[in-house]
Amino acid sequence: MTNTPQPPGKERANGVIVGACLAFVAGMVGMAYAAVPLYDMFCRVTGYNGTTQRVEQASDVILDETVKVTFDANVGPGLPWDFKPVQRDIDVRIGETVQVMYRAKNLSSKPTTGQATFNVTPMAAGAYFNKVQCFCFTETTLKPGEEMEMPVVFFVDPEIVKPVETKDIKTLTLSYTFYPREPSKPVAAVKDGETENRL
Amino acid sequence: MAGTAVHHDHRHDHSDHAHDADHAHQPLTFFQRWFLSTNHKDIGTLYLIFAIIAGIIGGTLSVFMRAELQEPGIQIFHGLAQMVYGFEGDAAIDGGKHMFNVFTTAHALIMIFFMVMPALIGGFANWMVPIMIGAPDMAFPRMNNISFWLIVPAFLLVLLSMFVEGPAGAYGAGGGWTIYPPFSTSGMPGPAMDLAILGLHIAGASSILGAINFITTILNMRAPGMTLHKMPLFAWSVLITAFLLLLSLPVLAGAITMLLTDRNFGTTFFAPEGGGDPILFQHLFWFFGHPEVYILILPGFGIVSHIISTFSRKPIFGYLGMAYAMVAIGAVGFIVWAHHMYTVGMSLETQRYFVFATMVIAVPTGVKIFSWIATMWGGSIRFTTPMVWAIGFIFLFTVGGVTGVQLANAGLDRALHDTYYVVAHFHYVLSLGAVFAIFAAWYYWFPKMSGYMYSEFLGKLHFWVMFVGVNLIFFPQHFLGLAGMPRRYIDYPDAFAGWNMVSSYGSYVAAVGVLIFLFGVAEAFSKKRVAGDNPWGEGANTLEWQLSSPPPFHQWEQLPRIK
Repeated sequence: MTNTPQPPGKERANGVIVGACLAFVAGMVGMAYAAVPLYDMFCRVTGYNGTTQRVEQASDVILDETVKVTFDANVGPGLPWDFKPVQRDIDVRIGETVQVMYRAKNLSSKPTTGQATFNVTPMAAGAYFNKVQCFCFTETTLKPGEEMEMPVVFFVDPEIVKPVETKDIKTLTLSYTFYPREPSKPVAAVKDGETENRL
Repeated sequence: MAGTAVHHDHRHDHSDHAHDADHAHQPLTFFQRWFLSTNHKDIGTLYLIFAIIAGIIGGTLSVFMRAELQEPGIQIFHGLAQMVYGFEGDAAIDGGKHMFNVFTTAHALIMIFFMVMPALIGGFANWMVPIMIGAPDMAFPRMNNISFWLIVPAFLLVLLSMFVEGPAGAYGAGGGWTIYPPFSTSGMPGPAMDLAILGLHIAGASSILGAINFITTILNMRAPGMTLHKMPLFAWSVLITAFLLLLSLPVLAGAITMLLTDRNFGTTFFAPEGGGDPILFQHLFWFFGHPEVYILILPGFGIVSHIISTFSRKPIFGYLGMAYAMVAIGAVGFIVWAHHMYTVGMSLETQRYFVFATMVIAVPTGVKIFSWIATMWGGSIRFTTPMVWAIGFIFLFTVGGVTGVQLANAGLDRALHDTYYVVAHFHYVLSLGAVFAIFAAWYYWFPKMSGYMYSEFLGKLHFWVMFVGVNLIFFPQHFLGLAGMPRRYIDYPDAFAGWNMVSSYGSYVAAVGVLIFLFGVAEAFSKKRVAGDNPWGEGANTLEWQLSSPPPFHQWEQLPRIK
């Protein structure tokens, strides 16, 4: 830019720009990875994608309005369990704390461990679905043939009647999927189990 | 803009290493010149040759797809699967169906990463940006060489991925260039996806190195007197593109690395069984993917500005507005990504934001379109080959832009998501927009780069055949999309047959256009009509036209001074 022939100074300036660019690139890769916990946090805080809320205390406001909550249960591949809700649905007053039961049975001859993931539809309602207690917060191990009833304690946040997006919702669906807890085999591993340690 | 009066100041102090070839006067061997090249013009030429080869391969894939879609039913892909992969009988039909998906995926990856980007950024920007800003070469000539030689193995890896196992019992990575999990993780256990991911990694590394090189060159090596606000618009467009690359590509690299570890090392970034979320991949992908489409088009904006100005014999209308419109497009391009994901169940407020932000982009884009038209207004217009390509670009890009504003609306997009309407939209802005800009640049700078004049007749013929061809391909796809035909299927109900046939015929016409282009190149090199330093006369006032055609191996040994 200046017209003095000054290679040394220019090299330093080039170095600064390259350094800044590389720092930028590293920062953006870091941001991509930071997105993983941030996205998780974002979902928990906002109820985005039907992520339910975890609370310690029951609601002190109970409305006269009721909402129907239906229950859904699924088992992921690789877990030999029978898993279903005891009750298909329930009518609850908004704000009322209720307990419902799910029942799981290990159909195999080995003890197996699973953990459930969950969500609520319509997704916009996730932020208003408060769980006081849930089996999904911890791992569950079932001995061969063992059957277990698992409780979920929840209430629907009275705030749900306010926002335009959720005030007309009459039915909520709470869905669980149990996945095996042992980390599954990498999907790209070779089909027969012996050679899975290739890199 | 730059140009006008240029002085020369004498510099004798060439002590840096980039000028080795100056004092070493023995001619370089073929291997030294083309394989160990550190000369920005030679590397630019290599990039252009690479882009032409990749474009022919990617274009051939698309002609196969159009030939398959010409009629309902499965016509050719079971035969192709039999020939290429050795499937027999019914297995050939299933293999052929997957092969069609592999073709769509490979067509997209090749055209984006190995045709448009190498042509515009590696090719024309490498060639012209140092010359236009009055620099002797790029800031880091050896890094420039590495950039090129990384893109070649990346391309080979992506090609190789088509021939190894993808899903169980089938070959190649299907699932589109968006490579959404779970189809790209549990859906495709074979090594094809890993090879494609590695190819993208390497292509990304190549582009990031190139971007750093351009940023350093443009910020540090402008000739005396050339301030940023006097810099030609093409250099502006490349500077902005380089920043977009620097911001977006690392996010893609991060996302596909997560995909790779999900596939091979048991992580669960995108797998719900471990607490991950496949939607996160879509967010990361489109945070890269949306700026990527501006990366593909911005250099084209720069090129078209020069051509319109040259052949209207007027300086570009609203130079600063043009430059900052590109800055605005680049900046806003980073905050609109979720308009690709209206169907994932975002809240109404989120959708409202993304609809609004997306439509805002139409404002700086409109500034550019109207400034080009205002540049032509009252100018002494010459309809040379580059000019007709540039005007074709403006027309077709505007058509694609209008459908883009429609698709920005979440309500409409939910109906049109993943239909041929979207295919028509992005091909109007890219296949017709970016590619027309590439051809415009080719005819504009071919006399400068080679020293020979192309045949005006063949250039115009190329334009008209291509113009008719691509419009025949993509305009009917609007109708198909509105009628509800989904993307990425090998077959369709009979009701869609009519416009699909028209679209397929269009692709054959466009393929003939490409042959005319290649013939025109061969003709120009065999006839050797000398072009002269400035074949375009008065309107062409950027620095490259003050050099000989082709320019000397090292230009601007005496730096130009811009007043």
